[in-house]
Amino acid sequence: MNIFDILGPVMVGPSSSHTAGAVKIGLVAAELLKDRPVEAHIYLHGSFASTGIGHGTDRAIIAGLLGLYPDDIRIPKSFEIAKKEHLSFSFENTTIKDAHPNTALLCLKGESGREIEIQASSIGGGRIMINKLDGIDVNFTSEKPTLIVHNIDQPGHVAEVTSMLSHKSVNIATMQLYRDKRGGYAVMVVETDQSIPMEAIHWLEHLEGIIKVTYINTEDKEIRQD
Amino acid sequence: MAFESLQQIVDLCDKEQNSVYEIVLENDCDERKVTREDSLLQMEATWDAILLASSTYEEKLVSASGLVGTDGAKMERYMKNENSLCGSYMNLVMAHALQMGESNACMKRIVAAPTAGSCGVLPAVLVPYFMHKKADTPKIIEAMYVSAGIGQVIASRASISGAEGGCQAEIGSASAMAASAMTYLQGGDPEQIIHAAAISLKSLLGLVCDPVAGLVEIPCVKRNVIGAVNAMSATDMVMAGIKSRIPPDQVIDAMKEVGDKMDVSLRETGKGGLAATSEAVKICQLLQKKL
Repeated sequence: MNIFDILGPVMVGPSSSHTAGAVKIGLVAAELLKDRPVEAHIYLHGSFASTGIGHGTDRAIIAGLLGLYPDDIRIPKSFEIAKKEHLSFSFENTTIKDAHPNTALLCLKGESGREIEIQASSIGGGRIMINKLDGIDVNFTSEKPTLIVHNIDQPGHVAEVTSMLSHKSVNIATMQLYRDKRGGYAVMVVETDQSIPMEAIHWLEHLEGIIKVTYINTEDKEIRQD
Repeated sequence: MAFESLQQIVDLCDKEQNSVYEIVLENDCDERKVTREDSLLQMEATWDAILLASSTYEEKLVSASGLVGTDGAKMERYMKNENSLCGSYMNLVMAHALQMGESNACMKRIVAAPTAGSCGVLPAVLVPYFMHKKADTPKIIEAMYVSAGIGQVIASRASISGAEGGCQAEIGSASAMAASAMTYLQGGDPEQIIHAAAISLKSLLGLVCDPVAGLVEIPCVKRNVIGAVNAMSATDMVMAGIKSRIPPDQVIDAMKEVGDKMDVSLRETGKGGLAATSEAVKICQLLQKKL
C-alpha cells in the first residue's frame, strides 16, 4: 500500500468497502458496458445484502453507474439523479455460491441496447475485484489497464494479442486464460503496465476468431482531483 | 517498496541524517515514480479535504439509521464549561473526533485515515493544533507524511482492516499514526516518534470490531475519541522521556498475533461483543422495519 492508500482515499462515507468500493463497482460496470446505462437490475449478496442499506451501498452503486466518483458529495442523492437521467433500477437480495461477502451482481442495459452481466466484489479499503463477466470468470481489479478478449478457443489468439502488445511496447503485468470447453468459447484477461493505444484495440477487434474485445483503463481517473 | 519495520525508518534517519518526513517523502517518490512536487501536492490536497470535511460538519445531521449524529455539537458546546475534567483543548480534540466520525456515518466526504471508520482520529489531533496556530500548513503536511509512513509499516506487518484484525487494526493504527504525527510536531526525534506509535498501539491492543447492526456507527464514532485522546497522552509520555519497554516493531507483530487469534464474531461481522447485546438485537429489529 502506498502512503495515499493509508491517508486516503478522499471518499464519501461511511465505509470504504460498502460505500467507496460499491461506487467503484458501479463505475467499472458502466465502463465495461461501453454505453450509457438505462436499466439496471442489481442483486446484493452477503454483507452487501444484510448491511447495504445502512451503508448506502445501493445509492453508491447507482452513483457509480451514473459516473460519479467515490468522493462525490452527490452520492447520497444518486436515486434522484438516476430518475432525472432516466436510469431505472431495482435491487434484490440474493445468495451467490462461493462469492466474497461483499458481492454484487449487476445486469445492465445501455441506451443503444447493449447488455452485460457483471459480478464484482468489494475486497476492502475501497479496492474491488471483477469476478465474472457474462457468467465467465475473469478476476481483475481494474487498477491497471485491462484488456479482455473473447475468442474462439483455437491456436494463435494469445500470440496475436501478446505480439501486438510487444509491438506497442506495452508490458504485461498479469495474464489469465479461461474457456468453457476445448474448442469452445475462450476469454483472456491481460493487465498491463502501460495503456494500450486505441488503434491496437480496433485492430484486434477485426481479427478472425476474435468475438469481442473490451478494454478498460481507469488509471488516469483515479488521481482526478476536484 | 514500503518500509518493513519502524526500526528501518529510524536507522535510515540516522544514516542519512534526515527526518522521518524526508525519508517517507523520498520513499513515496521512489515507490510511485512521482516527483517530490507531485507527492507534496497530493498531500496538500489530502489536508485540504480534511479541513473542508472538518469545517462542514452539520450539527443537526443524523445518519440514515438515526443511530448517530449531533454528539459532536454537544461536545463543542461543553468545551466552554470550566468544570470540564480534560480541559478545553482536549475537549476540542474530542469534539473533532466525534464530528468527523458522525460526518462519515452521515455519508459526507471524509478522508480515510487509515480507514473510513477511524477517519476522525488524525484530524482530531491535527486540526485543533493547526487552529491554535501551533503549526503552519507546511509543518502539518510534514507530520502527515510521518503518520502515513508509520501507518504503512503497520499495514504491511499487521493489518489496518477491522475484518482482519479487529478495531485495534483501525482505531489502534489511526491512534499510532496520530501519536507519531503529534510527536513529530512537538519536536520529538525519530526514536520518540516510533515509541509514541508503540505506546498508543499497545494501549488499544485487543480492541474488537463489534459494530451494532454492522454499521460504522456504534461504537465506531466514539472510539475515534479514545484513539485521539490516547494519541495525545502517548505523545506527552514520550516527550516526558518515557519509552515503550517492548520494541515498537514487536508491538505491531503482537497486534497481528492478537488479530489472528480474534474470533471471527469480533471482526466486523456484527455478531459478537456490543453487536450481540440485547439492546443491539433490539436496534437491529427496529432498523429492519425502518430501512
